[in-house]
Amino acid sequence: MSEPSITTIPSTPQPTSTAWLGCLIAAVLQVFLTAPVQAADEYRTVTVADPYLEMRTGPGRGYPIFNVVDRGETVDVLMQRTEWYLVRTDNDKEGWVDRGQMELTLQPDGSRVNFKEVGLEDFTNAKWEAGLLAGDFGGANIVSLYGGYSLNPNVSVELWVSQILGNFSNGWMGSLNLVHEAFPEWRVSPFFTLGAGVIHTSPKSTIIQGLDRTDQIGHVGAGVRLYTARRFLLRAEYKSYVVFTSRDENEEVEEWKVGFAFFF
Amino acid sequence: MESRFRVLFLTVAIVGLSGCAATKNLFGGGQEEAPPPSAEAPGQVIDPQVERREVKEPAIDREDFEVGGFVGIMGIEDFGSNVSYGLRLAYHITEGFFVEATVGQSEGGLTSFEVLSGDLRLLTDDERVMTYYNLNLGYNILPGEVFIGEGRAYNTNLYLIAGLGSTRFAGDDRFTVNVGVGYRFLLTDSVALHLDFRDHLFDIDLLGEEKTAHNLEGHLGITVFF
Repeated sequence: MSEPSITTIPSTPQPTSTAWLGCLIAAVLQVFLTAPVQAADEYRTVTVADPYLEMRTGPGRGYPIFNVVDRGETVDVLMQRTEWYLVRTDNDKEGWVDRGQMELTLQPDGSRVNFKEVGLEDFTNAKWEAGLLAGDFGGANIVSLYGGYSLNPNVSVELWVSQILGNFSNGWMGSLNLVHEAFPEWRVSPFFTLGAGVIHTSPKSTIIQGLDRTDQIGHVGAGVRLYTARRFLLRAEYKSYVVFTSRDENEEVEEWKVGFAFFF
Repeated sequence: MESRFRVLFLTVAIVGLSGCAATKNLFGGGQEEAPPPSAEAPGQVIDPQVERREVKEPAIDREDFEVGGFVGIMGIEDFGSNVSYGLRLAYHITEGFFVEATVGQSEGGLTSFEVLSGDLRLLTDDERVMTYYNLNLGYNILPGEVFIGEGRAYNTNLYLIAGLGSTRFAGDDRFTVNVGVGYRFLLTDSVALHLDFRDHLFDIDLLGEEKTAHNLEGHLGITVFF
């Protein structure tokens, strides 16, 4: 397909309908046209080492077992979705097998297959993290996205982008944070953070017309990261902001947020 | 006699050699003389030129992400119903939970007030365009299978979603809470059809008093796992 890849959303506030539709169709088409490439790949072959391997009709606990593969027979692993593996037997039957059973299969050289999932250790040592939090920013609603990079298990740098939606004004905020975790190996890991950035506010259109403002901000905060499962964590935090306004007094704003994140 | 001489010479030789060895150890030279650990094992005559065969197993294709688009109808409170369309990206965390981001667009029509009043307009055409984004947590509450005829079975999921985001309508960005129910029908293990019903709730004070507007949306979509 010679068409350039269009998978992003137009950032203009009011894109035309045709542009949206074109974007949508291009994105869906592209996914369809690139998907079959995967089918030509070679698959990993494993040998059943347990007395038998149970194949289910779907990737879930409740789906019925419709086929069993005996010890010594081989299966091709076509794909993985969450904790489930789609396998194909020698006589072309396809079904889903859970990770627990896949761990009991052998590779062609006789060694065990490593189907180990990410765990608490990866939570401590992961380099990258991204997440979404929402909460209250001085009485207004706030939705935030962030991405972080770990310099070491204790210290990481984070870039935050937030949208603030209040009763009287809306705005956005961007900031760069330094985060310190004293006990990164704990499942519930507390952290301290400080950072700086900019905040842009514009009064709502139904209120009298005021001027848009862009001010610098600084903040300190604390929170916890809670490891749940796989690459998933919950995060809650409090930050205290100082907005350096051009008026006589600086503004202070308190913020509470909860949300979730992934590490990878 | 000969054997006696042999024994004598051997004894002298052994004592002498062991003496040398003892002296060397005494001056700390013994360690240096130790043969370096050579790559070649002693007594190995043939160096096999065959390299150890490394089995490089192909990586397993992970398909936890789901991307696609949807088209449907959205009823904007007081502003009538219109076509809506958008994009969706989801990540499946476990067999039950997934997170999902959607962006969409629709357009508001005329309120009854505007229709009755003739030329009076509350909003410009640009302000009537509604764009939204939502970030949701979803749960596959009723996974199952459906059968078409005798020989075909398809996996399905009934799921619930809830989340928040922002909607731009009538000249403002509005904090939006989003709840819904959806049905995922897997055509193959990688392609799914969706039927979704969602309610976008936000506060609006355009018509005099502030109220929470329910904006109901129903859409059909197609997604691909990758």
